[in-house]
Amino acid sequence: MNAIVSSPPARRTPRRAPVLLMSLLVALAVSVALSLVLGSNDLGLGTAVRVLLHDDGSEAATIVRDLRLPRTTLGVLVGLALGAAGVLMQGHTRNPLADPGLLGINAGAALAVALAAQLFGIGDPRGQVAFGFAGALIATAAVFAIGSSGRQLNAVPMALAGAAVMALLSTFTSLVVLSDNPTLDVYRRWVVGSVSGRDASISVTVLPFVVAGLILAMVNARALNAVSLGEDTARGLGQSVAVSRLVGLAAVTLLAGAATAAAGPIAALGLIVPHAVRAVTGPDHRWLVPCSALAGAVLLLLADVVGRLVAGPAEIPAGITLAVLGGAAFVVIARRTRMAKL
Amino acid sequence: MAPLTRTAALGARRHIRAATVCLVALGALLLVTAIGLTIGEYPVTLGQLPELLAGGGARIDRHILFDLRLPRAVTGCLAGACLAMAGALTQTISRNPLATPDLLGVTGGASAAAVAVIVSGGGAYRLASGITTLGVPVAALAGGLLAALAVYGFAWRHGVDGFRLVLVGIGCGAVLTALTNWLLILAGINSAAQATVWLVGSISAVSWDQAVPLIVLAALLVPAALTLPRTLAVTQLGDDAAAGLGVRVQTTRLTTIAVAVGLTAAAVAAAGPVGFVALVTPQIMLRLTGGSRPPLVASALGGALLVQAADLLGRTAFGWEVPVGLITAAIGAPYLIWLLLRRR
Repeated sequence: MNAIVSSPPARRTPRRAPVLLMSLLVALAVSVALSLVLGSNDLGLGTAVRVLLHDDGSEAATIVRDLRLPRTTLGVLVGLALGAAGVLMQGHTRNPLADPGLLGINAGAALAVALAAQLFGIGDPRGQVAFGFAGALIATAAVFAIGSSGRQLNAVPMALAGAAVMALLSTFTSLVVLSDNPTLDVYRRWVVGSVSGRDASISVTVLPFVVAGLILAMVNARALNAVSLGEDTARGLGQSVAVSRLVGLAAVTLLAGAATAAAGPIAALGLIVPHAVRAVTGPDHRWLVPCSALAGAVLLLLADVVGRLVAGPAEIPAGITLAVLGGAAFVVIARRTRMAKL
Repeated sequence: MAPLTRTAALGARRHIRAATVCLVALGALLLVTAIGLTIGEYPVTLGQLPELLAGGGARIDRHILFDLRLPRAVTGCLAGACLAMAGALTQTISRNPLATPDLLGVTGGASAAAVAVIVSGGGAYRLASGITTLGVPVAALAGGLLAALAVYGFAWRHGVDGFRLVLVGIGCGAVLTALTNWLLILAGINSAAQATVWLVGSISAVSWDQAVPLIVLAALLVPAALTLPRTLAVTQLGDDAAAGLGVRVQTTRLTTIAVAVGLTAAAVAAAGPVGFVALVTPQIMLRLTGGSRPPLVASALGGALLVQAADLLGRTAFGWEVPVGLITAAIGAPYLIWLLLRRR
């Protein structure tokens, strides 16, 4: 059975996929280097590597070790997480509009962050992580409970349940935010998504969740191929649709929940990256998952670097540059290429 | 012959069911609107309404009714109806239950333009001044139409297919949302708060200045929308089959999109992007009427009812005037959830 599932004739991977994967690995290394080197203080690559290996107490060392390294690490984690989560979400719902936020993750985290700001005056990223993650998990649990009330975890009810819960939670968030200007102030900065101003402890906090989520996502990729051939075909191939849905959605929850808790909702990433990658690799999820994860990380790092450079001493948050650049690039891709349908 | 007769019977039953749903929605809409017209700091009784509407009664009562409450009621009804119809059209043409007119760029463009005007118009307290009361609706209308034009233009490539349109809509929407968020961060906190209220959707400050353009646009666009269903039904069979049956697929699609864009832009310019009406109303009415795709007339009535009821609730149930967009989401979302649970 496994042999059939792993290489259905219609899904033979084009040779482009491995090439893309390798290129993305190189691109990731380059982006990490750029992220460590570029900023309001440009350092040489040599200097950056030297102070990274050995803290000589210089200003450059402080910049690289305390500011840019945590920011870069978080950028990689969040980018990997959202890229992979986007593929799983679109694959499982078979809906090109699905993004990781559809499970209520962004909306739940947003409400929790707004409440934390209003009730406890918490406005710094370190305090927001726990609240954001808890909010995301609670909201996702609600979406699961409502969307899976039938016999199967069906795609359309799940997506609609996600949209419904999302709308309800954003209503409460708007109520909280509109009732109090200091809360609005915290919220409007959080909601655009950014990896700056986070210290290393945040990456450490979300690392286990991202790693667990990525492993689950890779495990799920093969089953997802079978499921996307149609539920009956998947059953015929010996796949349990319910189990694979559950694994996939659990992975999405871990990945997107952790990413959103750490960096705010960077919605465009999980939505756009999978479409662009699918145009190159085709629909095989065993390539889509790792390629989208890497592409997510590259894109987020580059967006963050651009945001640092464009506005001079001020910074444009990564969530905004990413959405503008990614959105524009996406329009071009959607126009030029014949996009793979789900 | 037996299966045919049964299909015919089922079809008739479905028509009766749809008609019943529409009548109930219409009745509820009239009732809620009438109650809404009577409630406020200066109460008017239900009994006075017919006389006042006919032009009689005390002058102060007529002033309250015609200058303050009627424009709000008309805007609520029409904005709700327009958004819901636009949602039904968008969901039909993209064959996607999650599709909303937002995908066509209208709300994104309108929001970015309106927020830009509010934010650059100075402090919070100037919203009522001439520039912004006139400026925001006009900016929203222009921004919405421009963005929609851009989305359609980018999606055009030997014609427009539904899937590419959706993808281009996603991309443009991401850019516009990011710009709006950036404006919100740059703004002073009071302007940001005003802009946030607009972004939620509110009809608390509307006058005939906003209502009249909406009435004119709706009078043009709603009849246009109602002529579409028959050709739309054929395009549901797929492009090739539809072309074989003599339907001009591209023309139908362009017309549908243009009508949906117009309806949305008209509603958003007057009331802001009232949340959830376009997404949820067609899905709710589809389930209530039991057809095969979102019904237009029923959606329009349902949308008007939803906004009107939400406005009534927002004005009366809380200590402060809660913007209508928050209530539409708070009513619509649980109802959709309940419908999903009931399908068990």
